[in-house]
Amino acid sequence: MSFEKVLQQAQQSGNFQPLVDSIPYAGLIGLQFQRFGQDVLFQLPKNEDNIGNPILPAIHGGVIGGFMELSASLHLMMTMDTAALPKMIDFSLDYLRAGRHQDTFAECQVWRQGSRVANVAITAWQTERSSPIATARAHFLLLR
Amino acid sequence: MSLSLKTRAERFVATLRHCQVLGLSVVSAEGNTLIMKLPYQQQAVGNPATGVFHGGSLTTLMDTACGTAVFSVLPGFELCPTLDLRMDYMKAAEPGEDLLAEATVVRIASSVVFTECLVYQQSDRDLVAKCSATFMRIGENMTPPEFRARIEQGDAEGGEA
Repeated sequence: MSFEKVLQQAQQSGNFQPLVDSIPYAGLIGLQFQRFGQDVLFQLPKNEDNIGNPILPAIHGGVIGGFMELSASLHLMMTMDTAALPKMIDFSLDYLRAGRHQDTFAECQVWRQGSRVANVAITAWQTERSSPIATARAHFLLLR
Repeated sequence: MSLSLKTRAERFVATLRHCQVLGLSVVSAEGNTLIMKLPYQQQAVGNPATGVFHGGSLTTLMDTACGTAVFSVLPGFELCPTLDLRMDYMKAAEPGEDLLAEATVVRIASSVVFTECLVYQQSDRDLVAKCSATFMRIGENMTPPEFRARIEQGDAEGGEA
């Protein structure tokens, strides 16, 4: 089945698990999600393979970025009318605190969805939502 | 005690677990420029329909290439956390193509190090992504002795035997 078909089925049924399962990178880092109506909470469970510096130990900054990028594109597919995987145009990521070797969470806010481009803000935290470990902004090209 | 830039870079990358998972390797490290390779792999694909790398694997490639360039160029063994990354994705990498990241340390200031990075396909040098990354200097004395020993002695896995 094509990815577009998997996406279409997910949007019709509201069950996005098969869609996430079909993305190899989601499995590589271990991304999970929970939906609460229009809200989506993304989770990156503690995973040895995601560690960068082993002595701190801290999650690799690239994994935190990848988790936030993937969260943003999934959020768009879950909440917006997109017929295909949105293409990332650019991504700007600010690291605020070290990502410790523990569960990480992310939520997204779509600030603007135009006819071709969406602007999405992503916040990632660990112990407290009010103390983010990273914030990011992404632009996606939407394919309809 | 004087290690070549490439050896410093290789030993640094060897300590980073997720980089081993992705198979990142240092191709060269000379002057202010470091080249790092991300081999094509199914597990890091973002779009199963096309087999194209997920942007996240490129983010890890660029963050690591810039961070490793900083680590190998700075005197001493200074661990510099990433302050921010700004990435542009010019085109989807073609499936099956290995990627090279060419990271350059642009300026070393007292508290901050500025870097730039280009990612291209190894076979045809087609540009895939670019990045600008900034790192904080926290001082050489903040480097844990255990980590320093790993770089000096090269036993990233905690023993070569």
